[in-house]
Amino acid sequence: MHKFTVPIGPQHPALKEPESFNVLLSGERIMKFSARLGYNHRGIEKACEERTYIQNVYLTERVCGICSHAHSSCFVQAVEEIAGLEIPRRANYIRTLVGELERIHSHLLWLGVAGHEVGFDTLLMYAWRDREIVMDILAKLTGNRVNYGINTIGGVRRDINTDQIKDVSKAVKKLKERTEYYVRVAKEEVTLIKRLSGVGVLLPKDVLKLGAVGPTARASGIERDTRKDDPYGAYGELDFRVITDDHNDVYGRTLVRLGELLESYKMISQILENIPEGPITVKAPRKIPAGEAVSRYEAPRGENVHYVKSNGTDKPERVKIRAPTLANIQTVAKMLEDRNLADLPIVIAAIDPCFSCTDRLTLVKDVGHGKGRKMRWEDLHSHSIQWYKARGIDFSDLNKKMEKLLK
Amino acid sequence: MIRPAKMIRQVLSSLFKKPATNLYPFNKFEMPDKFRGKIVFDPELCVGCKLCMKDCPAGAINIKKVGEKKFEAEFDLGKCVYCAQCTETCFKKALKFTGEFELASLDREKLKITFNAKPDDTASK
Amino acid sequence: MIGSLLSIFIFPGFLFLMVFGLSAEFIDRKLYARLQNRVGPPWFQPVADLIKLFSKEDIIPEEANPAMFKAMPILALTATITSFFYIPTWRNEALYHFNGDLIIVLYLLTLPTLSYFLGGWYSTSLFSKIGAVRTLTQLFAYEVPLLMSILAPALLADTWSLTEMAVFYSAHPWYWLFNILGFFVALITLLGKLEKVPFDIPEAETEIVAGTFTEYSGRLLGLFRLSMDIELIVGASLLAAVYMPFGLAISPIFAFILFLIKVLSIVAMVSVLRTVFARLRIDQMVNFCWRYLAPFSFLQILIILALKGFLVR
Repeated sequence: MHKFTVPIGPQHPALKEPESFNVLLSGERIMKFSARLGYNHRGIEKACEERTYIQNVYLTERVCGICSHAHSSCFVQAVEEIAGLEIPRRANYIRTLVGELERIHSHLLWLGVAGHEVGFDTLLMYAWRDREIVMDILAKLTGNRVNYGINTIGGVRRDINTDQIKDVSKAVKKLKERTEYYVRVAKEEVTLIKRLSGVGVLLPKDVLKLGAVGPTARASGIERDTRKDDPYGAYGELDFRVITDDHNDVYGRTLVRLGELLESYKMISQILENIPEGPITVKAPRKIPAGEAVSRYEAPRGENVHYVKSNGTDKPERVKIRAPTLANIQTVAKMLEDRNLADLPIVIAAIDPCFSCTDRLTLVKDVGHGKGRKMRWEDLHSHSIQWYKARGIDFSDLNKKMEKLLK
Repeated sequence: MIRPAKMIRQVLSSLFKKPATNLYPFNKFEMPDKFRGKIVFDPELCVGCKLCMKDCPAGAINIKKVGEKKFEAEFDLGKCVYCAQCTETCFKKALKFTGEFELASLDREKLKITFNAKPDDTASK
Repeated sequence: MIGSLLSIFIFPGFLFLMVFGLSAEFIDRKLYARLQNRVGPPWFQPVADLIKLFSKEDIIPEEANPAMFKAMPILALTATITSFFYIPTWRNEALYHFNGDLIIVLYLLTLPTLSYFLGGWYSTSLFSKIGAVRTLTQLFAYEVPLLMSILAPALLADTWSLTEMAVFYSAHPWYWLFNILGFFVALITLLGKLEKVPFDIPEAETEIVAGTFTEYSGRLLGLFRLSMDIELIVGASLLAAVYMPFGLAISPIFAFILFLIKVLSIVAMVSVLRTVFARLRIDQMVNFCWRYLAPFSFLQILIILALKGFLVR
């Protein structure tokens, strides 16, 4: 059969952000898939080095337009760890509350986008209509619909009062009802099931091999959730389940996200009931002492990692951001192997990509003569093992565990 | 259980409901109070510490000294990210945010607003 | 001579079909929006869209075959308009009729689909080509169930002419109820013919941009849009003529109003159907048409044959 390459992107109706995918097609079947990142590189990491910590809170908030709270929280957590600040419990609860509300808005947004990608525009309209409820609540709590600006180094900027608590619990009740309806739609609507199930299959062993995170991993039965594995904020005091699914496909990812919505509602009512009294912020110094920290945060799309290195001034020396899409984007090629062209939009959408968060520039430099040096994957791997071994951290146990899991 | 056209009841009942869409420019949208909109500056209170300039993530504020203990502020609304950090940094509370958000303009110059200091009344004495 | 020119250009020809087609598009869009809890477009939106397209520049890709590229929208429009002349609207008798005009109407309704294919193919863009091939694949899937389900009422009336069918059903006013199964099959296949959800596979925007119409712009796209609107009308009128042939003999004005109601209610059904489904994949669509629709239309024919045996005569 005649083979031809179709460019999907950088401008294409299926993609909400510029990103280039080249698809080699034979008829409607996908033979080869390659992705090219980098259309949205904004130089945020470098810009962080030029700004003070307090400015960086707002800059990192703008890494992503959807999970803005996730990025600023992650950054703030790292800075607080370096500065040795103990955050008031109330501040932690408010951060967690906004984080969960953000997860709700992100997952409802995803549901709508997924509906649009499979041509179900009615689902898009209804899901986004209901998303407005949580957007309004966020605007009421924080003062803005998208860039909440609730975080500051040492706590949160706005307190929550009893009226707002009432508003939130009312909204959550309404949203819960709607989400239960969408669960029924996803489980019963025949055309939706036909388009979602069996599409974009990612086996658990591939999840481990490719390092997928978030709902993409959890839909393949891998119980990986930073909120549970490494609790931050108030998650340690909340009672919740990590939602997993064993469908391994887009259908499973839909169910995981809808299930997470229901868990989020549960968590929010726990937060509203148990929110402790007290101050919402502690005094933070303008100059952060020298040190480095890595912070992890479970964003709606998966695990967010921020690395901050400080040198005693009021500006960080290095900030490194790993957005969850970077971990998930590799899985798309695997999921699309030998699939139909019609499945491409929904498979890409199913990892809930956020390409502009992902675009980073990496340059490995040899200290000393300042020249660029290329490292092969194997070299980099062994280099990292040696580097950690020199600092007394041994990964051999973990490696064995991993090999066992892969089998 | 599999059911084709699962959403049909909800969809048909929408016919008898008011549309959820807001016809925005005709129906004004109410923002919640404490919405972070346009920043206003009170020259009376400013002491010229310029901490707001230092903390502004976008570099949208410019405080100028125009006389003895007199300061005026120049704002670039096109640069402002409406985080309202300056209102928290300012310990004299000379900066406040308002709920105003319809600030779009076709002219870049119109986005630059200046809060002038009060005319000098000591000179007339 | 003047009479036939009048009927070709004014009523029930080009002008009437254009107005009716655009209002049907408005009803379809407004209803679609209201079903989705939106406000929807104002009444003049389809006209405004058309005027905008007609006032814009036509861009023809360098690689495309200009003659074919330009001819296809005109072919689509003329074919749909011509097919309308054989459908009875305000009386039992259509404007033109002869024994076999049912087949002609179906044939003329296939021509727009073919012109979408050729237009897409000759514009040589990758997305257009994929869309064109999908159009044709889809045609092979829905055409057989559509033909078989329309065959059943014709078999009952023992004629191949829409006019004579109308005469027959006027004489036997309740016989159209026997064809109700065929009506639903035909309604679903009509979704495929009009390329609407769940069968909008040839122009699935998230996959292949706009399919066949990716490279079309300006007047040529406007003509395609107009021909699709008129195709909606003609398809709905065909279904109305075949499956709801009642009330045509009473008085011309009453019959015409009834005809409008019938067509618009079929348009409304199409809008509701396209609201509640997700788009199928092309393999699933072909599978669905052959596995479910074709047997049901066959069952309809069997019902009619059985009825003819002991009920009708």
